[in-house]
Amino acid sequence: MASSQQFESPEIGLKGWARWFWRQLTSMRTALLLLLLLAAAAIPGSVYPQRSADPNGVTAFFDAEPQLAAVLDKFQIFDVYTSNWFSAIYILLFISLIGCVVPRTRVHFDNLRAAPPSAPRNFARMPSNKTVKSKKANVVALAEQILRKQGYRVVATKTTVAAERGYLRETGNLIFHFSLIGVLIAVGIGGGLSYSGQRVLIEGETFVNNLAGYDSLSPGTFFNENRLTPFSVKLDKFNVIFDIKNQTNIGTPLDFKAQVTSKIGANGKATSGVIRVNEPLELPNANLYLTGNGYAPVVTVRDANGNISFSGPTAFLPQDKNYTSLGVYKLPDAKPQQFGMISFFYPTVDKLTTGAKTSIFPDPINPLLTMNVYVGDLGLDGGVPKNVYSLDIAKMKQVAGGKSGVKGLELTKGQTVALPNGMGTVTFDSLKRFISLDISYNPGEGWILLFALLALGGLILSLLVPRRRVWVRKTTDGFELAALARGDDPTLEKIIAELADEIKKAKLD
Amino acid sequence: MTNVVLNEGLSQYSRLFIYLAMAIYTFSFLAYALNLSRQASEDKSVRAVASRTERVALVLLIVSAAIHGAGVVMRAISVSRVPWGNMYEFSITGSFVIVAIFIAAQFFVRDIKFIAILVSGFALLVLGAATTIFYVEVKSLMPALQNYWLYIHVSVAVLATAFFNIAAALSVAFLFKSSAFITKRKNAIAKPLGRVLAVFPAENKLEKLAYRFNIIGFILWTFTLIAGAIWAERAWHRYWGWDTKEVWTFIIWTLYAGYLHANATRGWSGKRSAWLSLIGFAAVIFNFTIVNLFFKGLHVYSGLK
Ligand code: HEM
Repeated sequence: MASSQQFESPEIGLKGWARWFWRQLTSMRTALLLLLLLAAAAIPGSVYPQRSADPNGVTAFFDAEPQLAAVLDKFQIFDVYTSNWFSAIYILLFISLIGCVVPRTRVHFDNLRAAPPSAPRNFARMPSNKTVKSKKANVVALAEQILRKQGYRVVATKTTVAAERGYLRETGNLIFHFSLIGVLIAVGIGGGLSYSGQRVLIEGETFVNNLAGYDSLSPGTFFNENRLTPFSVKLDKFNVIFDIKNQTNIGTPLDFKAQVTSKIGANGKATSGVIRVNEPLELPNANLYLTGNGYAPVVTVRDANGNISFSGPTAFLPQDKNYTSLGVYKLPDAKPQQFGMISFFYPTVDKLTTGAKTSIFPDPINPLLTMNVYVGDLGLDGGVPKNVYSLDIAKMKQVAGGKSGVKGLELTKGQTVALPNGMGTVTFDSLKRFISLDISYNPGEGWILLFALLALGGLILSLLVPRRRVWVRKTTDGFELAALARGDDPTLEKIIAELADEIKKAKLD
Repeated sequence: MTNVVLNEGLSQYSRLFIYLAMAIYTFSFLAYALNLSRQASEDKSVRAVASRTERVALVLLIVSAAIHGAGVVMRAISVSRVPWGNMYEFSITGSFVIVAIFIAAQFFVRDIKFIAILVSGFALLVLGAATTIFYVEVKSLMPALQNYWLYIHVSVAVLATAFFNIAAALSVAFLFKSSAFITKRKNAIAKPLGRVLAVFPAENKLEKLAYRFNIIGFILWTFTLIAGAIWAERAWHRYWGWDTKEVWTFIIWTLYAGYLHANATRGWSGKRSAWLSLIGFAAVIFNFTIVNLFFKGLHVYSGLK
């Protein structure tokens, strides 16, 4: 009521406001709202492509809707989980969490050492209670003995017993909340120290773990080169099994298996190992994961003078699930003029009704290599790094394949064919496979797992351990019992009834 | 895994069993509806025969669940692996687990038998979607899914979903029962509905039961999340990458954490927390349907083109 309202002093002051703000922030309601806000804030990251998970999706989005994309980008919609607003929510949540858990821990420690609260005067007010007629004189001693055996902490006076159990419930709750802080810290530090890199490795090739060994590398904030342990991994053989028996399943991959030989240190012992899709090779400070694979036809190109301008395997990018694959050749040193080739590889070639070629099975049952040939400036002299998987044909002229009027080259395994205009020959020597490796390491992982499991354990205790207080008091013609639970405990009535029965039947030890 | 044998003939029998189970679920659903209307009748002699209808409905539910279960097992044998490699299999297995847990639970917690109509109706809906929208031929698992963490992760996720589902049904009953529209019983719809709901357990009982199913669901979901991260570390070389499916697993987890807090926050227990229980379950369903079918990500395992 306005008339009886106490007016606060006009000078609450900075300290007052700070205290008020802190109380609001660490209130249960704020924690709840922040949790719901966090859930809502996570949604856009599943709707719009994210730079971290799907960079190509982001590029495509920018191409399709440049204006909308620019606006969304201002709001960090393509980097939701590292955005300022998302971070703000979880940081506030964790500050609130700390502000909430620390005082509760103190209270809990006091409770652990304190005696159970003494019996209420009026048992009838407790949610569960019972009066029992009995002629026993030693009810108090009996109740004390029984409750102690059941794991209660008990304090008895002459006429009453006060007992409490289930302190683990609160302990579990605190462990749970503290472990969440642990997870967050481990994620942060681990992320900073981690790195991940990619490497395409053809059968017979060796990966050496130094910066030059990687095709690409994305290091965390605190990463430095010295953390790369010297080791080498040679791909001996890559085995693939595709289903050829089951009608509905033909061509489905059943197993990918890379056989490798690794050496740790300069003079390490050669150890053979296996990498599978779900089985990375674990080396010191690095795990090697199998992320992709494809064909690497071995080809020799001779120029007009019969000199070898290229010889070896080239990784081809698979274009579909039957491994129709695309590769590029650049021959800057060929005489009399440099040239390039765009090549398709079909492991099991067949013709579509349109006449176009396609592959109908992923294994090389009937392999064919085709090539379109381009002459002119390869653009390699500018010093600008070029994508090895694409040929810039802007300044080149097609001399075989397509609309050039000359048929493109077609080679089966072991075959040699002539290039147009006496430019030389191409030989399809043999066929190898390659794998794409992800080499990465996150030293935080073990810690994250540890804290996550602690959180799970704490959660189970905190949700499933019943915490309750039980009181027994001797009356003139018997005794009475009462019980109170923290939270909902449907077994309270039963517990009291059983306790009453036990007291009636029991004898002192 | 290199020597799979897919048995197409058996998978056709499995499909037949699923259709048969759907037919009997329908009868069970109708019998439960009849039971509720009889229990709510003003005529005493009608109320007297209600318990017989209820027994018939339960027997039908158990029979359909048994046939449903047989269909799931046959599917598993026909693909010689666990029956949750794609959305069709996940649906038939998941809905079976939900019904099975419900049937088992009602022998321990009598008060949940009232939501049987929601459970049988839900199973029918899921199987309907499974056989029409999600159906795929027998297929082996892609190598990324060949891992025992898949078995652990998915089976616990299915279990969690079952508990969330029963809790959501209880929350629906709670919200109906406590809505002013029903309690005032003013018009022609509210009156009979109010009588049906009067047969249900008291509001606070429904609320507590929903809470108990949700906490089990939450513990299982927390485990699902951790197991998923362990598997992701093996399969995709990072334990967490905010892939769409991971995002939704996180959202669901956070929503239910909010629900648990709501139960301990003044002014938030009761209706608001019941709504959170429903929103949480809606997110579970959304994660399984819309996210699987329409969102881009690594977890696209619907098996549909
Ligand atoms: C990262 C944020 C948080 C998460 C994910 C989280 C999650 C949970 C969960 C799952 C529970 C139920 C299990 C249990 O009882 O231990 C819970 C309970 C609880 N949380 Fe949090 N929490 C968070 C932050 C907070 C904050 C900021 C506060 C303080 C305002 C808080 C206070 C509590 C309390 C008092 C309980 C016990 C409720 C009861 O008695 O049932 N939590 N929390």
